[in-house]
Amino acid sequence: MPWDRNQMAARAAQELEDGMYVNLGIGIPTLVANYVGDKDITLQSENGMLGMGPFPFEGEEDPDLINAGKQTITELSRTSYFDSATSFGMIRGGKIAAAILGAMEVAENGDLANWMIPGKLVKGMGGAMDLVAGVGRVVVVMDHTNKHGESKVLKECTLPLTGRGVVDRIITNLGVLDVVDGGLKIVELADGVTEEEFRAATEATLV
Amino acid sequence: MKKVYPDADAALDGLLFDGMHIAAGGFGLCGIPELLIDALVKSGVKDLTIASNNCGVDGFGLGKLLDTKQIKKMQSSYVGENAEFMRQYLSGELELEFNPQGTLAERMRAGGAGIPGFYTKTGVGTVIADGKEVKQFNGEDYILEEGIFADLSIVKAWKADDTGNLIFRKTARNFNPPAAMCGKVCVAEVEEIVPRGSIDPDLIHLPGIYVHRVIQGEHEKRIEQRTTRKREEA
Repeated sequence: MPWDRNQMAARAAQELEDGMYVNLGIGIPTLVANYVGDKDITLQSENGMLGMGPFPFEGEEDPDLINAGKQTITELSRTSYFDSATSFGMIRGGKIAAAILGAMEVAENGDLANWMIPGKLVKGMGGAMDLVAGVGRVVVVMDHTNKHGESKVLKECTLPLTGRGVVDRIITNLGVLDVVDGGLKIVELADGVTEEEFRAATEATLV
Repeated sequence: MKKVYPDADAALDGLLFDGMHIAAGGFGLCGIPELLIDALVKSGVKDLTIASNNCGVDGFGLGKLLDTKQIKKMQSSYVGENAEFMRQYLSGELELEFNPQGTLAERMRAGGAGIPGFYTKTGVGTVIADGKEVKQFNGEDYILEEGIFADLSIVKAWKADDTGNLIFRKTARNFNPPAAMCGKVCVAEVEEIVPRGSIDPDLIHLPGIYVHRVIQGEHEKRIEQRTTRKREEA
């Protein structure tokens, strides 16, 4: 059985080590926070906060306290706030250990596309280009194939790039891949997924 | 030195002209200069170029200036929540210059710090790099981005004193300090103007040298995505 959203998030949480400062993207990456267990992880929200807490209780929402997805959140005892230039200074400056992000396509050389589909409404890249260019390690969490069954793990991205050669590891519903010299290396298969099935769903070169 | 003005209209008096470049603070609807935006609508100033991470939502924030077609061009990183924006953009009425969020923030900060250009890894190998100078440092490619030098900055802070020293609250700080820095003139709206000396000088987020005019007023502070958890989960 391929992994579901929560199992993918739980697998992605294994990428995080005690003491890390981490930025989580929107969608499945947000769920990763539910699976960090006892590890001491500080979440960064690029609109200007380190130490992001959970959603507030009903009635305690604060319009001055939101995450990068514009959702109301809370602070923790460790929280600090700063302006956007400082926030992206720590991102661009390599101080954030890892980013876990969603993707539309990833290529075997680590190219990432996750911000626009030509011909469709373009909303913008937000902080995604800064994150993938700056953080120490980029982990992508996404479905292995699109809704038409076509591979999202490609030889070359077809969509406009968010970053060139920026992805380190890919976690999909079928398993885990690393970007290495010459292509992608299978690190792990989801429970019950065969290597044959995995290869059939992958367009990229597997080494 | 009198920086305190009675209201937003008075604070913008004499500063506005058609075709001007404005830098605005805020992220989404958080920490946006609501009162100054309303005053810009009232003034009728047009053909504006606005550097702001977002462009409000339909009918609120900078979205109000879209409804009145006062904006010619936006410099933003994300414009997702706005149907009127998309309509004007797709029909060619509105220009849009996408900036990666960190690049936009740094362009403002750089402008305010007298830095006309800087090199960044962000956007290398993407459409953002098109037409920009590429330079190698230690074997890696970087692209040249330019500082933003705006005619006017409009920002929202939590508190100010009468000398323009500002403090912000939580994530409402966001783009406000860099936006404040990059304008020839900066007008700040705050929730409360407090007596001089009542803010600990060590806790001032933006020194008053960057702030030329200050107003106090009531803010709606609309929430874009109200997310909560149930008490039972605690």
